[in-house]
Amino acid sequence: MVGEDAKNRTGPQLNDLFGRPAGSVEGYKYSKDMMRAASSGLIWDVEHIDMFIEKPKSLVFKTKMAFRGIKDPTERANLMAYLRQFSASPSDIPEAEPTLVARDPDIDPSILALEGDPEYGEYLSGECVTCHQIDGEDEGIPSITGWHIEDFVIALHAYKTGYRPHQVMETIAKRLSEEEIAGLAAYFTSK
Amino acid sequence: MKINRRGFIGTGAAFVAALSAPMVMASNRPKVVVIGGGAGGATAARYLAKDSKGALDVILIEPSKTYYTCFFSNLYIGGVRDFASIGHTYGKLASEYGINIVHDWAIGVDKDARTVSLAGGAQIPYDALVISPGIDFVEGSVAGWDLTSQNAMPHAYKAGSQTQLLKAQIEAMPDGGTFAMVAPPNPYRCPPGPYERVSMVAHLLKQINPTGKILIVDPKEKFSKQGLFEEGWNKHYAGMIERVGPDFGGANVEVRPDAMEIVIDGDVEKVDVCNVIPAQKAGNIAQIAGITNDAGWAPVTAHDMKSKMDNNIYVLGDSSAQGDMPKSGFSANSQAKVCSMAIRAALTGSKAFPAKFSNTCWSLIDTDDGVKVGASYEATDEKIAKTSGFVSKTGEDAAQRKQNYEESVGWYEGIVADMFG
Ligand SMILES: Cc1cc2nc3c(=O)[nH]c(=O)nc-3n(C[C@H](O)[C@H](O)[C@H](O)COP(=O)(O)OP(=O)(O)OC[C@H]3O[C@@H](n4cnc5c(N)ncnc54)[C@H](O)[C@@H]3O)c2cc1C
Repeated sequence: MVGEDAKNRTGPQLNDLFGRPAGSVEGYKYSKDMMRAASSGLIWDVEHIDMFIEKPKSLVFKTKMAFRGIKDPTERANLMAYLRQFSASPSDIPEAEPTLVARDPDIDPSILALEGDPEYGEYLSGECVTCHQIDGEDEGIPSITGWHIEDFVIALHAYKTGYRPHQVMETIAKRLSEEEIAGLAAYFTSK
Repeated sequence: MKINRRGFIGTGAAFVAALSAPMVMASNRPKVVVIGGGAGGATAARYLAKDSKGALDVILIEPSKTYYTCFFSNLYIGGVRDFASIGHTYGKLASEYGINIVHDWAIGVDKDARTVSLAGGAQIPYDALVISPGIDFVEGSVAGWDLTSQNAMPHAYKAGSQTQLLKAQIEAMPDGGTFAMVAPPNPYRCPPGPYERVSMVAHLLKQINPTGKILIVDPKEKFSKQGLFEEGWNKHYAGMIERVGPDFGGANVEVRPDAMEIVIDGDVEKVDVCNVIPAQKAGNIAQIAGITNDAGWAPVTAHDMKSKMDNNIYVLGDSSAQGDMPKSGFSANSQAKVCSMAIRAALTGSKAFPAKFSNTCWSLIDTDDGVKVGASYEATDEKIAKTSGFVSKTGEDAAQRKQNYEESVGWYEGIVADMFG
């Protein structure tokens, strides 16, 4: 909810969202993964809000909401323009045309279209499964099995560009090539 | 009856003939022998068996029936984990992966005949040999200490009964008594290990013996994550921990296990518990195999972890001299996967991919106060070379530190599943 008497419901209230650290609304019980993203330093600035509402999974693995995202940039811009009315410091949204919001990482459609080699992915996965368990157990460290290929690629790409903060994952993702990310996505999606 | 028996004998012979075909094929499979079922060896055996899908005959030689991880053994000392939770067995490696587990010591390697001899008397032939025996101690590196003193002054640097002994001694310390640690010189397994241990001992003492003292005698100028540990010690255990570095005689130490004394630069200190972590070298079997250098470690090429001294031997983990990676369970596990991919490619013609390595070491300073350091590495012709890395920062907020700890718990579950199935 948003507005003067907004309360936390399925999601937290959204007043003063712009510039707010993730996971910081009092009294709302966030998902484990949202809290992980929060303690890694996720801040709801305009770019991150935009990315999140486009594809929540690109920033946070699992949230409390069943929401797959909004593809259309205009629709997202409108939603943000609406939400910013309830923020005291709505950061750097361009005044008139909220459609011009920069989005990073801007994933080239050709990257999403890359066909991954699952055999290569299986070899590379050795590096992942030291921490992420192949049976999908997620205590302390999120599960990465059975994802949509596209979500997987977007998430790794967001670490690779440093957009999604996490020391270990940035270090790992930084040196993965696009083919390698595609291979990993192809391998883990079938697990 | 007669006919039956004859018939039986007859079909029996046919059976043998029929069976012997797959049997011969089975024993013709290339044989890979792995010495040591720890972070490096167990991972290598599992990946060799799993990824070759039966094309390799994998034999793992490990004397212990239960492997106690050194990782998280400090948390057991601190009372954060129980002992059973750090013990793991080899059952699944045998039943689910078809690995032949031989509980015995390797005592010799004949590089020309390509056989390993076991303490029990057997000779095991190999096409490729993986050696991952962890560390042994350099004799005479701490004056006054040898393996016969390990009851009076435990090292607890191979996990198991030594770890239990050290914890029991700390718990029995008189009120206000002193726990001393003789820290090792570089290089040694788990660079932050001694300092995480100090943190966990302090954590335990704070609860059961709050006036107890901790004395670290250290031959090194600096140590891993020093700023983070010192900040944490000040915050959680103010006044409890003292460290004597080389500038005050930390490198000039003698211990007297009978008298429970340590002599630092000529000054005698009476202590109640003394944890001696001596200087280290590759596990003895590496030296016996003749693949170690003057410093006592086994040099390997970075692309495949192959010994620089022998074409059929590969060395993993703590024993290897590979370049920039710290001696950690994470590193050994990471190297094992590169190595098993290379061995499969050599023996079965499977695809070889470029080597990639990584490591992250988490350390727990106090409840929910975890820190981490990590890096990724690549193979160059010269060594395993660091490409980029990170380390936790001082002054981080509590949420980040708690997340680090929770991550380490997830990592522990992940790596033991990756080793033991
Ligand atoms: C207190 C402490 C804390 C640590 N914490 C961490 C941590 O948090 N994270 C981390 O990544 N690492 C940690 N480590 C380091 C880690 O335990 C080692 O780096 C890792 O175990 C090395 O793997 P390895 O395969 O080389 O040797 P090991 O895991 O020691 O395995 C060697 C195996 O070989 C067997 N063996 C030896 N000789 C023979 C022989 N002749 N024949 C047959 N078998 C033999 C041994 O019984 C043993 O099971 C810690 C270490 C210590 C001491």
